[in-house]
Amino acid sequence: MSPLVSIRQLTHTFGRGNLRRPVLTDICLDLAAGEIVILEGPSGSGKTTLLTLIGALRSVQTGSLQVFGQELRGARKTRLIKTRQQVGFIFQQHNLLSCLTAWENVSASLRLHSRIPKRAYRDRAVAMLNAVGLGEKVDAYPEKLSGGQKQRVAIARALVSSPRLVLADEPTSSLDRQSGREVVDIMQRLAREEGCTVLLVTHDNRILDIADRILSMEDGALDSNRYNMI
Amino acid sequence: MVKSVLNALNIYWQARKPLAWAQLTHRKARLLAAMLGVAFANILIFTQLGLRAMLFEGVTLVPDHLRGDLFLVSAYAPNIDLGSFPRTFLYQADAVEGVASASPLYIGFADWVNPLDLNRPSPSADSPQSSFELFPTSVKVLAFNPTQPVLNIPAVNQQIDRLTAPGAVLYDRLGQEKLGPIPSLFRQQGGVSTLMNNRRVYVVGLFSLGSTLFDNGHVAMGDWTYAQWYGANFLEQVTVGCLTLEPGVDLEAARSRLQATLSPGVRVLTQVELAAAEQAFRASLPNGKVLNFGALMGFIVGLVIVYQVLYTDVSDHLPEYATLKAMGYSDSVLLRVILQEALILAVLGFIPGYCASYGVYYLLANITRIPLTMKTTVALQVFILTLVMCGISGAIAVHKLRSADPADVF
Ligand SMILES: Nc1ncnc2c1ncn2[C@@H]1O[C@H](COP(=O)(O)OP(=O)(O)O)[C@@H](O)[C@H]1O
Ligand SMILES: [Mg+2]
Repeated sequence: MSPLVSIRQLTHTFGRGNLRRPVLTDICLDLAAGEIVILEGPSGSGKTTLLTLIGALRSVQTGSLQVFGQELRGARKTRLIKTRQQVGFIFQQHNLLSCLTAWENVSASLRLHSRIPKRAYRDRAVAMLNAVGLGEKVDAYPEKLSGGQKQRVAIARALVSSPRLVLADEPTSSLDRQSGREVVDIMQRLAREEGCTVLLVTHDNRILDIADRILSMEDGALDSNRYNMI
Repeated sequence: MVKSVLNALNIYWQARKPLAWAQLTHRKARLLAAMLGVAFANILIFTQLGLRAMLFEGVTLVPDHLRGDLFLVSAYAPNIDLGSFPRTFLYQADAVEGVASASPLYIGFADWVNPLDLNRPSPSADSPQSSFELFPTSVKVLAFNPTQPVLNIPAVNQQIDRLTAPGAVLYDRLGQEKLGPIPSLFRQQGGVSTLMNNRRVYVVGLFSLGSTLFDNGHVAMGDWTYAQWYGANFLEQVTVGCLTLEPGVDLEAARSRLQATLSPGVRVLTQVELAAAEQAFRASLPNGKVLNFGALMGFIVGLVIVYQVLYTDVSDHLPEYATLKAMGYSDSVLLRVILQEALILAVLGFIPGYCASYGVYYLLANITRIPLTMKTTVALQVFILTLVMCGISGAIAVHKLRSADPADVF
């Protein structure tokens, strides 16, 4: 089976002239369908940059980056937007829309898929909120939720449209120990149920046990490149 | 039962609710402030445009009700009321090939006394005279030769024989109330007598024309009566010469023949041009310009307020918009959200603005004693201006969306 994400000789540079500085150098990496991969490494090593590249939030500069079998290098904006719609993002901050209730926030990602009928929105959103243990908070606005609850709504939003790939950037860093653990357990369970691939960036070595594979990054390079490809 | 239907409706709405609506209505206080801002701008624009409409209202009444194909006016007259030319030009025009008739219209102004004030016993010996001078109520006098009717008003032409009696006038029943309840007095008594420029006049009939901001009312009289009022040599100075052409004569050809024959001190105009000249004159007056400026100020105030609201909205929610972009919402969808917010604000603000302007009009009408009515055309004008205003604000505020970079959300 071909990998869901396939990265070859990916190099990314920020800045111009004297300030020009490589952030990612010569990255090679494959992600298989259904695996949970944790990416760790010191702050500033380029983890977030790699995640934004895979999620089609940034343009690829050099090397090759294929997501869902599509090359993203030199891709048009509409291609990038299409790719984003098929990826579930979980951010460090929950980034929920404060003007929408929990289930409306979740359905914001359903609205992007015209094949999902509008009358199914609420049922799907409620089912997803139940799955993350927030069945009681369906109609609550984010300001009425705790940090852990908001992050769980964000997980529901990322997973409700059944993406094949979930990218999570330090999803537990703004949470206390216990709710952080709950959040990753939910992510692990849902990923297994839905069979989606998860790439999770974290500093938190208490959650490393959920991973099928752990990669570590230093100064823009993955430490043992030869094990990264399947 | 009812509850479950309402619940179903609510869910139906929530699944379709535009993001713009959610974003706007989430902060009630801010929405209220924005609505008040738009409403305030609307009141400003409404007031100025209403006053402006009032200024222009009815200024073409006389030109519109003249009978003729071509009209002679003094080339030096700023408008139809304020100028005249020697009557000999009228005779010359009559002699030009293709002209069937040339009839004079004389326009003058006279102080009109409310007949009720006349009959009322004066409270003190010195007051009546001075009070008339303090509040002069002038009427516009339209005088013509009863054998050469120049007004295209059926009621005038039907009663034209009555104008030959000395001091006889026809009175415009649409004149302002301060001139007196002439129509009802006339109906009760079969005739009304009062003073006009301190001379006795007899109202021998009524017609309908209308009053304007400048003219309280109109009075039609025969040229002979006119001469008695102003002196016989006033008949030598014609205000408007009304020419009818012989059937089949080309209007433009006749006009150039006339212009070639007559002194350059006389202009030859069609009825449409005569009305247009009247409107251009009013527009050139400083009050017209001041009111345009006032409307512009209202527009700009609204523009700034709506821009401020939308800009703050985007800035406050920048991470949320960036998140939506990261989720795969396209720029154009988000752009539409901002423009929708602008349009919703326009509509939500227009409703109270319109209602409040009603009150302002009522107030102004009470103060000025000139009927200021909410016209559909003005309302439509202001609504379109409001949409444009909010649209421009939205279009500028949309630029802020560019700074929502989806790569920055992590
Ligand atoms: N938009 C940017 N412009 C310039 N430099 C950046 C930008 N984003 C990140 N960097 C730099 O790139 C390096 C890697 O950043 P990042 O990918 O966020 O690392 P990590 O997520 O591992 O902490 C850091 O040194 C950071 O300062
Ligand atoms: Mg980071």
